[in-house]
Amino acid sequence: MPLLENGRVVSDRWTYAVEGEPLGEGAVIVPSSRLSEGLGRAEGELGVLLAPDEAAETLRAGLAKLSLVAVRFPIFRDGRAFSQARALREHLHFKGEVRAVGHILPDQYEFLMRCGVTTVEVPENADISVWNAALQRFSVAMQPSIAAEKATGFGLRRFLDVAG
Amino acid sequence: MSTETLVRQDSAAPPVGRYAYDQVDRDFLRDRIEQFRDQVSRRISGALTEDEFKPLRLMNGLYLQLHAYMLRVAVPYGTLDSRQMRALARIAREFDRGYGHFTTRQNIQFNWIKLEDTPAALEVLAEADMHAIQTSGNCIRNVTSDEFAGAAADELLDPRIHAEILRQWSTLHPEFTFLPRKFKIAISGSPNDRVAARFHDIGLIARPGDNGAPLFEVFVGGGLGRTPIVGVSLRDDLPEEDLIAYLEAILRVYNEYGRRDNIYKARIKILVQALGPDVFRQKVEAEFAAMDRARYRLHPSIVTAISERFGAPQFAPEDGAVAALAAARATDRAFDGWVRTNTHSHRAPGYISVVVSLKPAGGIPGDATDAQLDLLADLADEFSFGEIRVTHLQNVVLGHVRQDRLQELWRRLDAAGLGTANINFISDIIACPGLDYCALANARSIPISQKLSQRFADITLQREIGELRLNISGCINACGHHHAAHIGILGVDKRGEEAFQITLGGSGEQDASVGQILGPAMTEDDTVDAVSRLVDLYLARREGSERFLDTFRRLGTAAFKDVVYAAA
Repeated sequence: MPLLENGRVVSDRWTYAVEGEPLGEGAVIVPSSRLSEGLGRAEGELGVLLAPDEAAETLRAGLAKLSLVAVRFPIFRDGRAFSQARALREHLHFKGEVRAVGHILPDQYEFLMRCGVTTVEVPENADISVWNAALQRFSVAMQPSIAAEKATGFGLRRFLDVAG
Repeated sequence: MSTETLVRQDSAAPPVGRYAYDQVDRDFLRDRIEQFRDQVSRRISGALTEDEFKPLRLMNGLYLQLHAYMLRVAVPYGTLDSRQMRALARIAREFDRGYGHFTTRQNIQFNWIKLEDTPAALEVLAEADMHAIQTSGNCIRNVTSDEFAGAAADELLDPRIHAEILRQWSTLHPEFTFLPRKFKIAISGSPNDRVAARFHDIGLIARPGDNGAPLFEVFVGGGLGRTPIVGVSLRDDLPEEDLIAYLEAILRVYNEYGRRDNIYKARIKILVQALGPDVFRQKVEAEFAAMDRARYRLHPSIVTAISERFGAPQFAPEDGAVAALAAARATDRAFDGWVRTNTHSHRAPGYISVVVSLKPAGGIPGDATDAQLDLLADLADEFSFGEIRVTHLQNVVLGHVRQDRLQELWRRLDAAGLGTANINFISDIIACPGLDYCALANARSIPISQKLSQRFADITLQREIGELRLNISGCINACGHHHAAHIGILGVDKRGEEAFQITLGGSGEQDASVGQILGPAMTEDDTVDAVSRLVDLYLARREGSERFLDTFRRLGTAAFKDVVYAAA
């Protein structure tokens, strides 16, 4: 699947752990049930896929060894991943990649980035221009977010510069 | 737009009672309309499925009803200016069938909108700094407030500044736009709760603290619908600077733990009950303690900057206005009767707030024609600093009227069919649109409401009965707030026939309670007769100055049940 970062397709060095098979070499994303197995590997970058009903807090102990946390949308209407991403950044001060996966609409892209998501897996046939346009749509926002947005000088307003 | 135009628009006196948009706000609305236009075209091209498009359409206020699309326009904290009211009249005239319908959430809906006309209607709204954003969908909805805000003699703090702050904060909120279910916030600054704070997902009651800075009591988990629950007080002393942080904490707990497997169990009230109020409070407090509070701090300078965008009415000296009103009332009994029911005490000497009833005998509660909307705009300009409020009881308020001009205003209203003197009486009915419009309804709410208001049309009888809240919902979703009524009527489907169930003893005010079901459902006509018998019993058994609700609470259900079902 194409991987988007700041509205552009980037190469993806990560692979997902395959159920029933040992973890491979290199950068691997494991489900949280295999987190300890992943943490036990001698080398290679480790990522974890957080299920929608798992709290970000459960990753605190092993966080220093994680380079990526993926949050999942079972359906685009299920917005728990927004809070998970935000908690990873705000409560756990996670500095690695936060990846959004699952059923996501381009219309949610800006929200994701403002909640601390770095990359989004989009469908194979996705029209990237639509995703890009979603990032350019608004130039201001009216509430604090965990993105380091510059205040405009009036009220709650801040400049959106999510496309970098 | 040239700089000159920009400066002129921004430097005009701000509208009384509401936040003045600047160019940034207007650009934001334009961008939002373009976003919707793009979503519509992606739906047409097939890039979006119907399932994907529906929530996006709803978050732009567009519902698909039984016969047509309905556009619900936001009226933030229920306050409009005359220019905006004229824009609503224009939409009624050009895009609907010549009328609009004010809702219990202080919004207005248009029931006969064509999908293809929607972007044009949104443009008309945007020209008047209005929109339909977040009037539907599983997001934070339009924030409601006290219809006498900034005017009421009993008010401690004008809640509209904070309502506007919450409107801005909640608009396209990145974390809380795909919640388990809709989320409604109401805010009042009076100890006399006129916003049903205890029946909202979050209800806020503001008051000044010892140092004058605002404090908030926070109610959470109230609601009507299928499972009516009175909200619990989460804390009583929230400082202003933590208002946004604390609300974020509540919404995070809800977004994380609220049920998503059953839409009837997905509101925050169910979560609060399932966890228990104490555990829910602990989770909110834990989030509140852990979050980066500095980031969410509502600095006093932000409040000041936003409050400076609100126009304030420049009140003239009293100058004999009180005596002039007293003299007019003494010589005009019809006028005096209207003043007694349709006005509310104002904090400024010589002024008074007026409630314009949209409940004429036999009428449709909350409906107004385009001509009436235009007239209300004109009267607001002439009598009330151009400001208009929508009430959650589906009426309209002119907030700041000089007492010595009240009789003139009443005559003008009366001539246009807007002079009904029935506020808080039995014919001041709340009714949802019901099966005449709504795809969810089991029964029609409008015809029974019309029959009841005809049955009690005699204003002398209504005065004799006194305060009596009668609300009608066409289905269990309870948009007509029947649970919170002294007499509630719920439309049900009884073996394929429309039938109505009566509840008694509900209240949405500071003595909030949920109405109790009286007995089996009846036909429309039998229900109207039953209400008559309930009222007769009250008139026979009341003591002193008891309201219907008080007599019911004293006597209990049995006596009322007997009079309805023994006679049947």
